Amino acid sequence: MIGLSHYLAVSAALFVLGVFGIFLNRRNIIIILMSLELILLSVNINLVAFSAFLHQVHGQIFAMFVLTVAAGEAAIGLAILVIYFRNRGTVAVDQADLMKG
Amino acid sequence: MTATFAFWLFAITLLTGGLLVITSKNPVHSVLWLIVCFFNAAGLFILLGAEFLAMLLVIVYVGAVAVLFLFVVMMLDIDFRALRRGTLQNLPLGLFVAGVILVETLLVASGWQAGQGVIIHEALAGPPPGMSNTQWIGSQLYTRYVFVFSMSGLILLAAMIGAIVLTHRRRVGVRKQDIGVQVARTPAGTVQTARPALGEGVKL
Repeated sequence: MIGLSHYLAVSAALFVLGVFGIFLNRRNIIIILMSLELILLSVNINLVAFSAFLHQVHGQIFAMFVLTVAAGEAAIGLAILVIYFRNRGTVAVDQADLMKG
Repeated sequence: MTATFAFWLFAITLLTGGLLVITSKNPVHSVLWLIVCFFNAAGLFILLGAEFLAMLLVIVYVGAVAVLFLFVVMMLDIDFRALRRGTLQNLPLGLFVAGVILVETLLVASGWQAGQGVIIHEALAGPPPGMSNTQWIGSQLYTRYVFVFSMSGLILLAAMIGAIVLTHRRRVGVRKQDIGVQVARTPAGTVQTARPALGEGVKL
């Protein structure tokens, strides 16, 4: 029988994969943004699992808002990435502190 | 039985896809594994009875966000091999932090008890009788959460304006239509009449 804790465990593992991805690809901002998407996806799984096992709909509604924020974050992040690449010719972000005026 | 099998299938594929997203050498492969992750998460949502959210995940994430990633990865000419240099020196710290977070969250998930008055049901339940999942979400979203809903629309508007403003650039040397200049043109400045003599041309 699949219970709430199974879903929580999957969500926790996905969250950790996202955090680990940020460490593993510290220079490549594209993979960092994808890791952020994984983290937000794990949060969504958590919210929907609680929503289903509590017999309430609010978790699903909050998952929709998380989805909205994730879409906006991806759009802005990729736009910043494009102008950063246009200025520097690379997406290595470990030297991004050179940008400060 | 089928639901149990489907859960393990979706969960294991989801985690394998997540691992391959962060370890792939080629970012295009990363994006494709990310799409696999989204599809399997949508499968988990369907198992949980959240069909609307599952479809939303496929449409918004796979249809918009993943395609946006793919577009950017393929549009920019990036040397990804240079970016991978020196990543292994972060590996011990990353493994340590990831292990700590994993152990902590699993401890919380296994030892957690619902608070007083909160009933965690054993079985899943759908919406109230006579309602579909979509109707159930809508009945709350457009009444109780209508303010938050409008605010999320504003977030999307801000993201759209921000992305356009950031990436828009004015190119030099390209002839573009300028409405103001067009409207301000008068015949006096642009039209001249000439009465040339027979056989002679018009000098412009």
